[in-house]
Amino acid sequence: MTEALILAALLAVVCVVVVALPFLKEPEPESDSLDELDEGERRRLELLESRDRSLAALKELEFDHRTGTISDDDYRTLVGPLRREAASALQALEREAGMPPSNEDGEGRPPAGRS
Amino acid sequence: MAELGSAALLVTLGLSVYALVAGAAAARLGRRRLALSAQNALVAAFFSTLVASAVLLAALVDSDFSFNYVARTTSEALPTQYKIAAFWGGQEGSLLFWLLVLTAFGALAVRLNRGWARDLIVWAVPVFAAVAVFFSFLVVAVASPFQTQPPPPDGTGMTPSLQNPYMIGHPVFLYLGYVGLTVPFAFALGSLLSGRTDERWLIATRRWTLFAWAALGIGQLLGAHWAYVEVGWGGYFAWDPVENAALMPWLAATAFLHSVMIQEKRGMLRVWNVLLVLLAFSLALFGTFLTRSGVLNSVHSFTQSSIGPWFLAFIALTVAVSLTLLFRRLPQLRSPTRLESPVSREAAFLYNNLLLLALCLTILWGVVYPLLSEAVRGETAVLGRSYYDFFLRIFGLPLLLLMGIGPLIAWRKASLRSLVTTFRWPTTVALVTGGVLVVLGAGSSVPGLVAYTFSAFVMATIVTEFVRGTRARKALGSASWPGAFHSLISRNRRRYGGYVVHAAIVLLAIGIAGSSAFDTVAEAKLKPGQSMDVGRYTLAYRSLEERQVSNATEIRATLAVSRGDRDLGTLEAGKNAYTIEQQVSNEVGIRSDRLTGEDLFVIADQIDLDGSVYFRVFVKPLVNLIWMAGLVFVLGSVIALWPDAREQRRLVARAREVGVPATR
Repeated sequence: MTEALILAALLAVVCVVVVALPFLKEPEPESDSLDELDEGERRRLELLESRDRSLAALKELEFDHRTGTISDDDYRTLVGPLRREAASALQALEREAGMPPSNEDGEGRPPAGRS
Repeated sequence: MAELGSAALLVTLGLSVYALVAGAAAARLGRRRLALSAQNALVAAFFSTLVASAVLLAALVDSDFSFNYVARTTSEALPTQYKIAAFWGGQEGSLLFWLLVLTAFGALAVRLNRGWARDLIVWAVPVFAAVAVFFSFLVVAVASPFQTQPPPPDGTGMTPSLQNPYMIGHPVFLYLGYVGLTVPFAFALGSLLSGRTDERWLIATRRWTLFAWAALGIGQLLGAHWAYVEVGWGGYFAWDPVENAALMPWLAATAFLHSVMIQEKRGMLRVWNVLLVLLAFSLALFGTFLTRSGVLNSVHSFTQSSIGPWFLAFIALTVAVSLTLLFRRLPQLRSPTRLESPVSREAAFLYNNLLLLALCLTILWGVVYPLLSEAVRGETAVLGRSYYDFFLRIFGLPLLLLMGIGPLIAWRKASLRSLVTTFRWPTTVALVTGGVLVVLGAGSSVPGLVAYTFSAFVMATIVTEFVRGTRARKALGSASWPGAFHSLISRNRRRYGGYVVHAAIVLLAIGIAGSSAFDTVAEAKLKPGQSMDVGRYTLAYRSLEERQVSNATEIRATLAVSRGDRDLGTLEAGKNAYTIEQQVSNEVGIRSDRLTGEDLFVIADQIDLDGSVYFRVFVKPLVNLIWMAGLVFVLGSVIALWPDAREQRRLVARAREVGVPATR
């Protein structure tokens, strides 16, 4: 009984220390604010998602066309809108970043962060 | 040591409450250290729950009957592996196991995603904590596994049908699945709470959902095989409410795994996806409620049950809070794109979703209806097997067909000409298969014939996709065919892992159709020396034997099996009489034909004192494909789940591009 209570007390103390660790490690931090996304960053995130979505869709369309799953006619119908979407996302990202837009197809600048 | 277990659980409850309150305050007020402290509390809650679980496991293995739970679920003679399995075998232990897995998953999900979705995690932590508060409250105040008593000389033992190796794996996988669904729920709710309705919650939880779904699937297949070899009624799935309890969240999660692709590819179905995650989690809770509250025995036992009303209240609260939040965020969840054509891959996925949901809700109604009828009218009206089988055919067969159609249609829209070209080969294979089967006499069951024809169609599309894809990879520069095949899969694991899972579902459908639509049954009471015919088999009853093992008396009838002039050896079927538990179980005899996948299944239904035995014998064509489907399912799930370093790097890079800070 006593042994169990000692172990339980020890467990409680360890848990309290673990919980208090962020305060113990940084008793007086320079900033205690959470890194929130502001409106501009959220907009940028949406554009990045849109860019990645369009580029991934283009990549998949190209591959499906190569395998024969997508016919030539369907490929021609689908590839245009997808390229325009990707281009529009890239241009919007460039505008957000205050950079001059790339060529009219939006394919001049490789997207950052993609392998 | 029961005091240590109780104290550890009390610590878990305290930590969970802290993680909930501090986590919510940190998220609301934007306090970084408080948010980290709440995350640490979640991790600490896992370790304190681990201590409590270790105490219970030690008591089970040591047969410490001063623990009320140990005395109720085990006995001294019970083999050690079943003593360990008793941890999740009873109500209190299984709730503790839920809590253990929940806190482990919560801590792990926070850890794995903090590199690129930290602002989202801040809001997911209080949701994890809220669920942990509920379960830790149950095991502290309502159904504690650490209640003690003056130790009796021996425990009451474990139900004989549970004394099976499957007891070690089947419930564990189901709980991993149930609890795993908490992760997408926590992130989805966190996304609604924070207003960050971008795609990160989907990406953060995709693999968790896949893992939970795979675990539920594996758990159900293990359960089906367990029922087949142990319960001894000649089947593997009986639409029992306990079985349905695991099937419903699996169906909802299956729908989500498909519809999430539409959101990723087209940005559509945002509200629908949140709803599916909410449904899957609520059904996981409902499944635990069904199996643990006693409501299945009787509505009245539910009201007397200690945990039943708490569970129902928590489910109601979960649904109410989630729907309110969803309603508040509707404007942000509006989709930027629309369905362009009813003939497109996203449309096929949408039809798949509607069918899966319809099947899921039909099963839910089948489970709830008897409970409602008992509560309202005082008499239980059960919806039987025919109800479920009917809707399985109505919704299941089109679902099977869609598995073959979906991968061959383009996203956005497909032309008729393209469809004709793409579907030419799979349709030819399906029609030829159907024709051959009719000639072979499979037309006796129309649903069975349709299932086989559709299965051939799906299998042809899967093979076509792999062949075309490998050929394209080879053309793109892979040095060898195996290299091209490997490159194909590793570049899109979800897609090709998904196809392997589809192949497993096809095997499952063939196995189910074969064993249920084309099976043969025969019954006869035989004396030693007599024989019976079933299908192409002849069974000669040779002898009856009784033997004693550590925890039971085994009675076995030996039958000589032959097919035509060919001797196929002997088969044993009988019963076990468990001494301590005072129960008798059927021990069936099964002879599997590895070449055809057929089983000869023998039940010794009644054994008389004069040595005569009433035998029930089934011939089940293709039933072994169901178990083979399990292996293929695991393979497909592993392929789809395999970590993708390229994707992880891309996500971190995207987070950096937008300014989401790296881990501090």
